[in-house]
Amino acid sequence: MTTNVQSDVAYHARQHGRWHWSEFAYWIAVLAVGLAFPSRYLIMTEIVRLALFALSLDLILGYAGIVSLGHAAFFGVGAYCAGLLSAHGLIDEPLLALIVSGVAAMVLGFVTSFLVIRGADLTRLMVTLGIALLLEALAERFSNITGGTDGLQGIDIKPLLGLFEFDMFGRTGFFYALAVLFVLFLLARRIVHSPFGLSLRAIKNNPLRAAAIGIPVNRRLIAIYTVAAFYAGIAGALFTQTTALASLDVFAFDKSADLMLVLVIGGAGYLYGGLIGALVFRMLQEVFQTITPQYWMFWIGLVLVVIVLVGRQRIHAAALFVPNLILKQLAGRKAVVALSDNEAP
Amino acid sequence: MTAVLTNLFDGVAYGMLLFVLACGLAVTLGLMNFVNLAHGAFAMAGGYVCAVLVNKSGWPFFAALPLAFVASAMIGAALERTLYRHLYTRSHLDQVLFSIGLVFMSVAAVDYIMGSSRIFIKLPQVLEGQFDVFGVGIGRYRLMIVLICGLLTVLLQLVLAKTRFGSRLRAAVDDPRAASGLGINVPQVFAFTFAFGCGLAGLGGALSAEILGLDPYFPLKFMIYFLIVVTVGGSSSITGPFLASLLLGIGDVAGKYYVPKMGPFVIYTIMIVILIWRPNGLFGRTAAR
Repeated sequence: MTTNVQSDVAYHARQHGRWHWSEFAYWIAVLAVGLAFPSRYLIMTEIVRLALFALSLDLILGYAGIVSLGHAAFFGVGAYCAGLLSAHGLIDEPLLALIVSGVAAMVLGFVTSFLVIRGADLTRLMVTLGIALLLEALAERFSNITGGTDGLQGIDIKPLLGLFEFDMFGRTGFFYALAVLFVLFLLARRIVHSPFGLSLRAIKNNPLRAAAIGIPVNRRLIAIYTVAAFYAGIAGALFTQTTALASLDVFAFDKSADLMLVLVIGGAGYLYGGLIGALVFRMLQEVFQTITPQYWMFWIGLVLVVIVLVGRQRIHAAALFVPNLILKQLAGRKAVVALSDNEAP
Repeated sequence: MTAVLTNLFDGVAYGMLLFVLACGLAVTLGLMNFVNLAHGAFAMAGGYVCAVLVNKSGWPFFAALPLAFVASAMIGAALERTLYRHLYTRSHLDQVLFSIGLVFMSVAAVDYIMGSSRIFIKLPQVLEGQFDVFGVGIGRYRLMIVLICGLLTVLLQLVLAKTRFGSRLRAAVDDPRAASGLGINVPQVFAFTFAFGCGLAGLGGALSAEILGLDPYFPLKFMIYFLIVVTVGGSSSITGPFLASLLLGIGDVAGKYYVPKMGPFVIYTIMIVILIWRPNGLFGRTAAR
């Protein structure tokens, strides 16, 4: 009986973890867009970076239900770490520096996760926000190391693997960032479809019940928070490496808030949310900036308010209505794309 | 020694100001369990109303202060009736997103209307300068703040503890269902409290232009301070947030004076430690429902 149930569960989990054809189509489309617009590498790199950052938040918010207002902390640590490694010539190979920066953010994530798992939503909000502000204050305090508000000076990124120079059109940067995003996406996909990922969902839905069926809730939360910190650190390092910049802005509250918006636009809890959200967010930003260069923040705020008031589920249902209509005609009822209904805590 | 006392006095004034700014949030966040990150926006609205009245229309400062209260309270009431009340039952994430959106909108809107530079309110002659009491320098403006805020605190405590409205509010917070069963109009009580809290924030915003500085980024800059007051102070009474604001005010002024470079660092560290040690605040419970 038990083995039967087990194999049943395993079967469904495997079915769920299979690659859908639309996912192949998505990645092919991304690559095609990358090749088709060689003059837009810089902005596309920005989108890829943001997508990776949003993927990181999705891991903790969408899968584990941890609301964080200070995710920029890890982004900032990754960014400064990569910047310092390069400015002092400690590690010349960008790929290695990237991983080291990610690990640095991961260590911070591990240490702070013990603070974050305590308390309810509100305490978490405050603690994550506090940690980001604390790091910002620290970076300002030690401006002899970080360069303070002027930013870190003398960042010079060496060629990737000793072969590919970072050119001014951002070609290398874009494909580098895209490759990193893809690899980390594969890893994230593996994580969320593993038994570990399923247990996270159980915790998100009901921590008490999850604990009752024998899931070590706190340890799982610490683990995923640490992984998410690693992702955010990598995104930060990518930022520094592709722009050769690192300033106090990386810790700013706006960054964490924008990130929330990205994820809310795309929808949390199915991994592609951050990727799609980053694209939509960046395009929205671009449109608003052309309408009112200085006051685009107003429109971003309005988008947030409207999304919440209308309801996130309803917006996603509306956005998926037309594609689903077409899909139904082409591939039958089964191909319909739907978001998981337990989106947010 | 006198420098210590002067600092202490400045800290008390700063803390009292923070209390007036944040006590509205203590009700929404602590009692109604609504994460309203946009509280600072109402304070900013009050500050700017006061600035326009005094600087452009030539109103006397003391006449503009009540107007700042009324303007913010009205904005608060309008927003509560139209937008906020739909979100009381939503998840914290929704509330956070919504209020961040409001903050962004208010920042950009004020920037658009009033410009991005810091503004000053012309103070009457009476409030300028300072005088000595046994060698301790006391700023007149700060003394006025201590007086006004002290009076308000006493008044609030009396209203909450002694009046019919106070007991209705406490009942509505303790158990909204039972309270409405007893014939208390709970949404109305909440709306009124929300508006009153916004009004107090507006008054605080008008008073703080001189001390904290008023510019379009005010709601973002001081958001964390308001949150600290509420989360550290708890919300079972007015005294919790009051003591927390005094602590924060004195700590911040002292930190800036004695360890100028570590100032914000100290505050944030203390906040995190307190939250870890007592997740429900130093003084009593928060309504974690």
